[in-house]
Amino acid sequence: MTIKFPAFDYAAIAPILIVFGLAAAGVLVEAFVPKRARYLTQLVLTLGGLVAALVVLVTQADTRVVTAGQAIAIDGPALFLQGSIIVLAIMAVLMIGERALERGGPFVAQAAITVGSEEDRRQAARADGATEIYPLTSFAVVGMMLFVSANDLLTMFIALEVLSLPLYLMCALARRRRLVSQEAALKYFMLGAYASAFFLFGVALVYGFTAQVQATPGAHAGGVDFATIHAAAATSPANRALLFGGLALIAVGLLFKATAAPFHVWTPDVYQGAPTPVTGFMAACTKVAAFGGLLRLLYVAFEGARWDFTPVLGAIAILTMLVGAVLSVTQTDLKRLLAYSSIANAGYLLVGVLAGVREGISSTMFYLVAYGFTVIAAFAVVTLVRDADGEATHLSRWAGLGKRSPVFAGVFTFILLAFAGIPLTSGFISKFAVFGAAIDGGQTWLVIAGVITSMILAFPYLRVVVMMWLSEPGESTPTIAVPGALTAAALVIGVAATLVLGVAPAPLLNLSDTAAQFIR
Amino acid sequence: MEQTIEYAHATGVLGSVWLLIAIPLVSSAVILLLGRRSAKFAHWLGTAAIGAGFVLTLIYFFLLRDQPNRAVERNLWEFISVGSLKVDIGLLFDPLSAVFCLLITGVGFLIHLYAVGYMAHDERRHTFFGYFNLFAAAMLLLVLGNNYVMLYLGWEGVGLASYLLISFWYTRPSAATAGKKAFLMNRVGDAGLVIAIFMMFAYLGSTNYADVFNGVGSLSFTVVLMMGLLLLLGATGKSGQFPLQAWLPDAMEGPTPVSALIHAATMVTAGVYLIARSNAIFSANEVLQTVVVSVGALTLLIGCIIGAAKDDIKRVLAWSTVSQIGYMFLGVGLGGGAYALAIIHLLAHGFFKANMFLGAGSVMHGMKDQVDIRRFGGLWKLMPWTFATFTAGWLAIVGFPGFSGFFTKEPIIVAAFEREGWTAWLYGWAALLGAGLTAFYMTRLWVLTFLGPKRWTEDIEHPHESPPIMVGPLVLLAIGSAIAGGLMASPVAKWLEPPLPAEAHDLHPVMSHGVITTLSLVLTFAGIGLAYLLFRRGTALVEQPAGVVVTAARRNLYADAFNEIVFEKPGIFLTRALVFFDNRGIDGAVNGLAAAVGGGSGRLRRLQTGFVRSYAMSMMAGALLVVAAFVAVQMGWLS
Repeated sequence: MTIKFPAFDYAAIAPILIVFGLAAAGVLVEAFVPKRARYLTQLVLTLGGLVAALVVLVTQADTRVVTAGQAIAIDGPALFLQGSIIVLAIMAVLMIGERALERGGPFVAQAAITVGSEEDRRQAARADGATEIYPLTSFAVVGMMLFVSANDLLTMFIALEVLSLPLYLMCALARRRRLVSQEAALKYFMLGAYASAFFLFGVALVYGFTAQVQATPGAHAGGVDFATIHAAAATSPANRALLFGGLALIAVGLLFKATAAPFHVWTPDVYQGAPTPVTGFMAACTKVAAFGGLLRLLYVAFEGARWDFTPVLGAIAILTMLVGAVLSVTQTDLKRLLAYSSIANAGYLLVGVLAGVREGISSTMFYLVAYGFTVIAAFAVVTLVRDADGEATHLSRWAGLGKRSPVFAGVFTFILLAFAGIPLTSGFISKFAVFGAAIDGGQTWLVIAGVITSMILAFPYLRVVVMMWLSEPGESTPTIAVPGALTAAALVIGVAATLVLGVAPAPLLNLSDTAAQFIR
Repeated sequence: MEQTIEYAHATGVLGSVWLLIAIPLVSSAVILLLGRRSAKFAHWLGTAAIGAGFVLTLIYFFLLRDQPNRAVERNLWEFISVGSLKVDIGLLFDPLSAVFCLLITGVGFLIHLYAVGYMAHDERRHTFFGYFNLFAAAMLLLVLGNNYVMLYLGWEGVGLASYLLISFWYTRPSAATAGKKAFLMNRVGDAGLVIAIFMMFAYLGSTNYADVFNGVGSLSFTVVLMMGLLLLLGATGKSGQFPLQAWLPDAMEGPTPVSALIHAATMVTAGVYLIARSNAIFSANEVLQTVVVSVGALTLLIGCIIGAAKDDIKRVLAWSTVSQIGYMFLGVGLGGGAYALAIIHLLAHGFFKANMFLGAGSVMHGMKDQVDIRRFGGLWKLMPWTFATFTAGWLAIVGFPGFSGFFTKEPIIVAAFEREGWTAWLYGWAALLGAGLTAFYMTRLWVLTFLGPKRWTEDIEHPHESPPIMVGPLVLLAIGSAIAGGLMASPVAKWLEPPLPAEAHDLHPVMSHGVITTLSLVLTFAGIGLAYLLFRRGTALVEQPAGVVVTAARRNLYADAFNEIVFEKPGIFLTRALVFFDNRGIDGAVNGLAAAVGGGSGRLRRLQTGFVRSYAMSMMAGALLVVAAFVAVQMGWLS
């Protein structure tokens, strides 16, 4: 038996390779560049590399190819989602690189030093933040890009791990409140590993299913690439329990990353504990990756089982929307509030995914981009509201902020209105798009639940708005720091995109619509 | 009638017609964003933006004459696309929008120039010019849109600029109140316009002018009537016509250039534009036309009567604006060839009313912001330029032979006599009577301000003429007031057809042209003579007791009292009642629901323990449920 090295279309996967090279280069920079120069080198390198990957991606926009021996599919959705991930990652890196708000940036210098020790106090006050965060980010981005283009379950699993492992570490690197940060990272890691186990077990079951049916005469039975699964599911053997058991467990693994209930439990703790720029990165980019993977899985591999999985995943969507919306109501910490809002948004995204029509794919992709811009802008504002102890995230501290700093309170109000889905913001267009797609796909029940939970969800947003504008600033109202150029850039991009996508969404809607065709 | 309306696509230079809106918009944004930092150059930037707009409009105007249909359309980008409904950000440049653009940028430029001098001592002059440019951009959007949604955007934009500028001196309670009043009364009208647009969505599936006008023929009588009445409600709100006239005179609390540009020359004529633009709708229903004519006739008389009793120079001019727009409404209501007559009167009015407002501003500038005409007198010698230019405006508005008003108001009066049956007599005589009254109160204003003995307050010693930057625009506007009407009357009527309907030739007034003109001249000269005789020796310095009619006129014919009793009091009662029921009934239910959500949220929150073991437990349970559900579906238990 000879093993043939599969053919690679290097041009098609060039963006992934560039970011991978970027990550590797980042590691080398850590090893060889003197400490003083590392921050600037890493920042410029990372931003430059991401931009380069984006440029190459744009030149590849017409690629539609399955390559690397059926392992990677570069098609419309893959390119669109990869591009979205890179753009959002650039914004996140801008926030990560910010050092004007706090001496040394938002990250700890040496994460291994015991919290609370004398040495820790010294480093908290003086030392510059660790620059390992940049290669970690690049690795996570590689994983995400591979995840949305993975064309078989094993590649998908590897991509999942590649994107997850750096994230666990990144969560632990906060400069302030280090114990909370480390706790968040540990929880995320343990539950993430747990979810990965589900995923892997599901893969095994699906392999078992495909191995028992001879899909096409002559083809060797068994395989976990999406084409084989699709073909096998199209035959109708007596026992499909393996298939559905497998799908259920794989879905659990993906829904965990997508923060869908009841697999969302880690989200509030991790979003709150992680350094805010990392939270923004997770909320925007990880969501794109998770839903990109879910879209491909459901539309490519398990398309034939649509009528079977829709009711179950629909129930999960409703539960997710309900849990996110209802629990947002009683949150008192802004980062937790945004975490629950992110959970509810995962529900709306699921509605788009389950539409089952082409508009479902395009509207979900549009939603991902629009939400990503807004949520990064939201976390950028969170990094600005601070006092001597770092960010002031408790809601009561935001009371009267409108009087202290009308500009930032105004910007945050706009962001919250976008979350609430008020017209002239991208939030309205994206909700409208996914709900419209779901109606087209005959899933009216999901839309009804979506609209009701949107109403509930408007309350916590508006409560923050009311607190900012109608309360008198108290003794404890923190000041708003003047953002450095990097955070300001991220904030401006996010807010501008939220506005532009709300006023003139047509170009991106068209782009996502042309891209919304998977290949198998 | 059944001809399809189609517009050519704008190409070449005309394709850049959006610049007209973009230039003042950008200038406004720059000024407002820079705030105080722009104080040094804001006024010149603002004026230059409008000047550039005027030059561009002239270029477009001459290019438009060579276009095949003399109308070009430019769709910039898709604004809303929902199902079958599509709204574009689209512009339409045709003869009607072209003349409005010329008026807005031309007269607007002169008023901007004047304001540079008038506002020189105001420390918020830059803000003023920011708002002023914003207004110009919105007004140009209003007249350039190719669908009703664009028109509505502009409509609300000019409204916004108008409220901001009325209450520009917001520290004065009267200015703040006037801004609020304008806002509230305009909301009533705007609601009408919005509902009309929704009706177009519902019945025609489009708000594009071309689609709407082509589709009107297929609609039922009632739908057209409702749509037209709602559009009319919007028009009356913006143009200060009965029953929504009360806000306009109060709007004079704003700086005088605002009164001249927004509340005389341009914005308040938006209602006339709306009806003229929608002529396909209004011509399709006779009842509708009769309502418009009645509103016009009634308002023109109301304006005259109240104008004759006021002593505040700007209020008199404001009521005369109400009255003159009444003439325009009368014109557009008459339909047919009278549409063009109304637009021509609108253009001429733009010149002479802007001229007189700026003249009034010049007088106030020299008289320490005095506005009471009882305290003026004998100013002709001290302010020769202001006097001469104001006189030109006065002669124009009363319709003195040879001046603008004579050429533009006369035809509307004749057209009113061309209606069929007894209504010709009713509306014709209303218009004639209005002409006489206009002559009376405008002469009163002119005589009391410039002639007769000095009646100044003690603190004024030497009223002075205004600086050249204010006098220059006055002179140009005065020339316009004198000759514009005569020059424009017949070429503009031809130019405007289409989009406005052609003149019908088989109509005959119930009296001959000669008789009508003679009557109108007799009434005009009687009004002038009477006013001169009564007021040449000045007047009492304080309000004198008067009869029923004058008292009523001084009280704005009790319109404010009416609004207060009929709308405000019940409104307050209704809101109180609603608040009561809301607290007891609805809030009970809603609060109950909210409490349920909150309570549920509180309880659910306890599940978020922070322990990884319980999180893992919940995931395990979830996974089991999902697997079980899949298996159940597979077994056919669920589906």
